[in-house]
Amino acid sequence: MERYERNIPAISTEECEKLKTKHVAVIGCGGLGGYIIELLARIGVGKITVCDGDVFGVSNLNRQILCTEDDLGKSKALQAADRIMSVNSGVEVGCFDEFMTNENVSEIISGCDIVFDALDDISARKILAKACERYNVPYIYGAISGWAFQAAVCLPGSGLIEKLFPEHVEITDKSVLAFTPSMCASFQVSLGLKVLLGREVEPSRVYYVDLLFSETECIDF
Amino acid sequence: MVEVRLFAGLRKGRQKVYQMESASVKTVKDIMDALDIEVKEVNILLINGFHQKPETEVKDGDVVSLFPAVGGG
Repeated sequence: MERYERNIPAISTEECEKLKTKHVAVIGCGGLGGYIIELLARIGVGKITVCDGDVFGVSNLNRQILCTEDDLGKSKALQAADRIMSVNSGVEVGCFDEFMTNENVSEIISGCDIVFDALDDISARKILAKACERYNVPYIYGAISGWAFQAAVCLPGSGLIEKLFPEHVEITDKSVLAFTPSMCASFQVSLGLKVLLGREVEPSRVYYVDLLFSETECIDF
Repeated sequence: MVEVRLFAGLRKGRQKVYQMESASVKTVKDIMDALDIEVKEVNILLINGFHQKPETEVKDGDVVSLFPAVGGG
């Protein structure tokens, strides 16, 4: 238990034990996913399944914590799995070195207590959100652009992702600064931790954080 | 007057807050046109804190808030 003594009393000993029984999926191992898996492994979640079909490229170096100059061309999912095992060998790791699709999403999220959205694509988010609705799995939303991020807890039945991304919406700002994914990922993990532990959350409340103007807005759906 | 609040990336090249004559703007879309904001850029649109659509009419005293979509990961 020494490993987790600094978790306590922010979370209780019983809650630490509870986390060891939890299975979490992280879909996407880039900017958000790299930080999310790091935090989940350190806090002591029992099983983490990672999924990404991409490999690291030069343009990932400005923000993706799993990517160093030595890692260019390497699989993001395999890198994430390796990182989890080196941070915490007590964590069981599942790894899908492939992109999430309509065909494999059920297998990826099967048996999960929550799923983290670390995707960078609207259509993939909608596939994941529908699967989470179908299998009754809470979905921890996160998205970033430039200096800003959004995060939320989407409980099954909320339809939040469809509401946030109606057909006409396009992402016009594709930039991301180094600190934006780390902030968003931390926020997502704090939300996910509360869901896993049965702590109080505000489902369908979108936290919109603008780091350029240091402003936070809470928007209920 | 209608108060228009812009957030995050929508502030680039624009002000944070505008006061617009209610007689000059009938709908939120009119406001967006006046500020050169495309409908596809906005994923959260509130009037007085309630979710609305671009075609929703505005009236004197309304506060319109526009948030840009973010989608990266």
